[in-house]
Amino acid sequence: MIGYILKRILVMIPTLIVISILVFAIIQLPPGDYLETYIAELQSQGESVDESKIAFLRAEYGLDRPMYQQYLVWASGMLVGDFGYSFEYNLPVNEVIGDRMFLTIAISVVTILFTWMIAFPIGIYSATHQYSWGDYGLSFIGFIGLATPNFLLALVMLYLANVYFGTSIGGLMDPEFIDQPWSARKIISVFEHLWIPVIVIGTSGTAAMIRRLRANLLDELQKQYVVTARAKGMEERKLVRKYPLRMALNFFVSDIGSLLPSVISGAEITAIVLSLPTTGPMMLAALQSQDMYLAGSFLMFLAVLTVAGVLLSDLLLVALDPRIRLQGEVVK
Amino acid sequence: MNVLSVDNLEVEFSLHHGGIKAVRDVSFSVPHGRTVALVGESGSGKSVTAQAIMQILPKAARITEGAITFRASGSESPVDIASLAPDGEQIRAIRGGMISMIFQEPMVSLSPLHTVGNQICESVLLHQQASRQAARGIARDMLDRVGFPDPDQAMKTYPFELSGGLRQRAMIATALVCRPALLIADEPTTALDVTIQAQILNLIRDMQADLGMAVLLITHDLGVVANVADHVVVMYHGEIMESGSLETIFRSPGHPYLQALMRAIPHFDMKPDERLVPVREIRSSVGSLLQKDRKTSLGPGSLHLEVNGITRSFMIRNRPLFGKSRTLENRAVDRVSFNVYRGECFGLVGESGCGKTTLSRILMKALSPDAGSVTFHDESGATDVLGLQDEDLFGFRRKLQFVFQDPFSSLNPRMTVFDIIREPLVIHRIGDSDHHVRMVRELMELVGLDSRFLNRYPHSFSGGQRQRLGIARALALKPELIICDEPVSALDVSIQAQILNLLKDLGSELNLTTIFISHNLAVVDYIADRIAVMSRGRLVEIAPKEMLFNDPRHPYTRSLLGAVPFPDLDKPLDFDAVMDERASDPSAWPHPYRGGPADNLALVDVGNGHHVQMQVEIAR
Repeated sequence: MIGYILKRILVMIPTLIVISILVFAIIQLPPGDYLETYIAELQSQGESVDESKIAFLRAEYGLDRPMYQQYLVWASGMLVGDFGYSFEYNLPVNEVIGDRMFLTIAISVVTILFTWMIAFPIGIYSATHQYSWGDYGLSFIGFIGLATPNFLLALVMLYLANVYFGTSIGGLMDPEFIDQPWSARKIISVFEHLWIPVIVIGTSGTAAMIRRLRANLLDELQKQYVVTARAKGMEERKLVRKYPLRMALNFFVSDIGSLLPSVISGAEITAIVLSLPTTGPMMLAALQSQDMYLAGSFLMFLAVLTVAGVLLSDLLLVALDPRIRLQGEVVK
Repeated sequence: MNVLSVDNLEVEFSLHHGGIKAVRDVSFSVPHGRTVALVGESGSGKSVTAQAIMQILPKAARITEGAITFRASGSESPVDIASLAPDGEQIRAIRGGMISMIFQEPMVSLSPLHTVGNQICESVLLHQQASRQAARGIARDMLDRVGFPDPDQAMKTYPFELSGGLRQRAMIATALVCRPALLIADEPTTALDVTIQAQILNLIRDMQADLGMAVLLITHDLGVVANVADHVVVMYHGEIMESGSLETIFRSPGHPYLQALMRAIPHFDMKPDERLVPVREIRSSVGSLLQKDRKTSLGPGSLHLEVNGITRSFMIRNRPLFGKSRTLENRAVDRVSFNVYRGECFGLVGESGCGKTTLSRILMKALSPDAGSVTFHDESGATDVLGLQDEDLFGFRRKLQFVFQDPFSSLNPRMTVFDIIREPLVIHRIGDSDHHVRMVRELMELVGLDSRFLNRYPHSFSGGQRQRLGIARALALKPELIICDEPVSALDVSIQAQILNLLKDLGSELNLTTIFISHNLAVVDYIADRIAVMSRGRLVEIAPKEMLFNDPRHPYTRSLLGAVPFPDLDKPLDFDAVMDERASDPSAWPHPYRGGPADNLALVDVGNGHHVQMQVEIAR
């Protein structure tokens, strides 16, 4: 087992190197660089451009060096935790992302938990009560959740929260706490604001998950081993939990791989509508303004999380399913 | 005293267009400690009856009338199961505790994610006041009693790690661990090989004597019934046709349906020209298009297909989580050589996993062997089949066609019957669409189907009809040789007789050479002229069929013949002879048949075209 994990982790290294080269190439693809965008912006505002300053900045950031050198500087920096410098914010990328990353992860984790907590009981109910009124009703609500654009739902929720609970519009905390050190009241304020984005971001995911869980579980419920368990005299609820649900978990576990990257990138549009201080809008802006190191860092995060997520779900599958663990394979 | 008595049972399925009564006015009883067989074809309602007794009917079905009275022992008061709620506490105590059930497919009846031990313990914990520790002990003892060589190890294994026979044993252990008063066995041996079937039947008999339980055996196989049942109940279309003691049913079947069923089963004492009588006969006729160009200068009996030293291995890599990965070489087909002569039907018999399907795939060049050659002889001379490429291979396909085992998955559900049968003609660009229409109509008549059905889709046909469509498609190119891989194993006996007769007639009328692959010796005996027996990738015996059945030489052939249950009370199965699993283990064969360290086994001619695998030096 340990050998297998080590092998998988070793395989991750070349994968990530290839991804980093691709990411770097993609950021560099649009003509020009940040400084040119910056100059254009200054000129359009009628300001003079100090050529010597630009040249200085160019040398400072290494933008005048050949492409492969720029890549090496960037890639080796990442290894020691230096993600480069954000031109837009005039700050190291680390500092720009720091607080936002924490809030993003907080929202995402709560959203994932929310999705699971709602989706599992409903999915199981829908599958075990197929074609009942309950199933139809919940499926109907689920489809509405799937079909409603998130930003629309966000606006509606904001309005309702403001009118009925007096929650301030937008953001993840009351304006008075922004840029303040963390305190008990600030945390409470965060929780007061958190549920709106959680519901907004979570609905479509929940609805999709209910549908998939229902479909998977329905397949499993037809299987002969379920009849066997029933013939043993097992109680129906216990039976569903022990056999078909356990089988249906495989799809769920393999889903974790794609879940992690969405922690960082997911729900940009919702985040913009709700003006959430998360990483989504920032990544969008960084890509637009060719703030290369910031954008590159985000893309690399996504890549690392994807690769790690796939590894995690593979390991979980091996742990959960003896067929994967024990069966031999035919080689050509 | 009766453990179970079913009175006027009626089960109705509610469908979109009203209800269908799957079981009507069914009454029978199961005496204490005896075996009652519920016999019928698929769709006769026998399984539904069993499900009603367990109250595990599908959602759409419910018991609309009648009583199911169950009495575990004389001291207990009888319970009417039909009146209990299907998921109530009362029925759950009976289910698995007092009435247990085993199913047809041991492959899918056990959960692949839980160990055998876990699944047996679960029954104990559900029905007995036992600690986890005690339950494990009880489960272990049960595994020991059903014949697991190492019960402690078995507790920890997963079902998919076991062979089919051991899986069914595990299933039986799960069902019997609570010592039920009644065991319902729903086709318990249908999915198993004959030798394993005999062992499982024997095990059920032993356990029955041991635990003093009654058995309700549901099966379509009259051979099995003749060997284990005390009473027989025959069902057809949801109703009981006839019931009585084993003696009366077999010695003097009264109902025409039962008589017809008996006549439809192939058995070993058939006279050379005796025909099976299907319950429903089909009419087939050979049209002019099919007869055209059938003439060949090569007479019957000349060499048609020559198979020489075919070997094919599969590598299985086992990568355990701990320790080194091992690659095992599994020889699916091992130096197989035989000849097939023009116009004959060559039978290939073997148990599942013996390599017969792999061999058939190689013959049609769907799979390439590691070594060996296949030579096809016709008017244009000898063709090296395995060396054919591109255009030549494409042309050769017209000479050799295939009929598949599963009539359900071998027809594209989105194509009409016309398109399915016509497709080979389109692929090989034979004739115009006018010709196609005439040819397809002829083919439909050939297999006895109404050509008005040409616009229908496969789903509107029964299993037997679909198999006939498969045969029509295989014959569209007017091949000289067809390979039939288990064409009747998915069909009921009455339908099986239809298809066998059809294949037999087509063989002689169209002058076809047939390679017929089956695990069922009686079927092969009926249709084949010469038979090859295959075991562990090797041919162990080849002989004309009379010789094979009258004078089987090889120990494997003998055990195979000894394990076939006859639907004949005067030929009971010798259960003691089949109880060991060594018959298919080459290292357990007696002296001249066992390979030495140099592996010097070869097919040796013992006279009159009878070949037996044995040590070469001995024969000389």
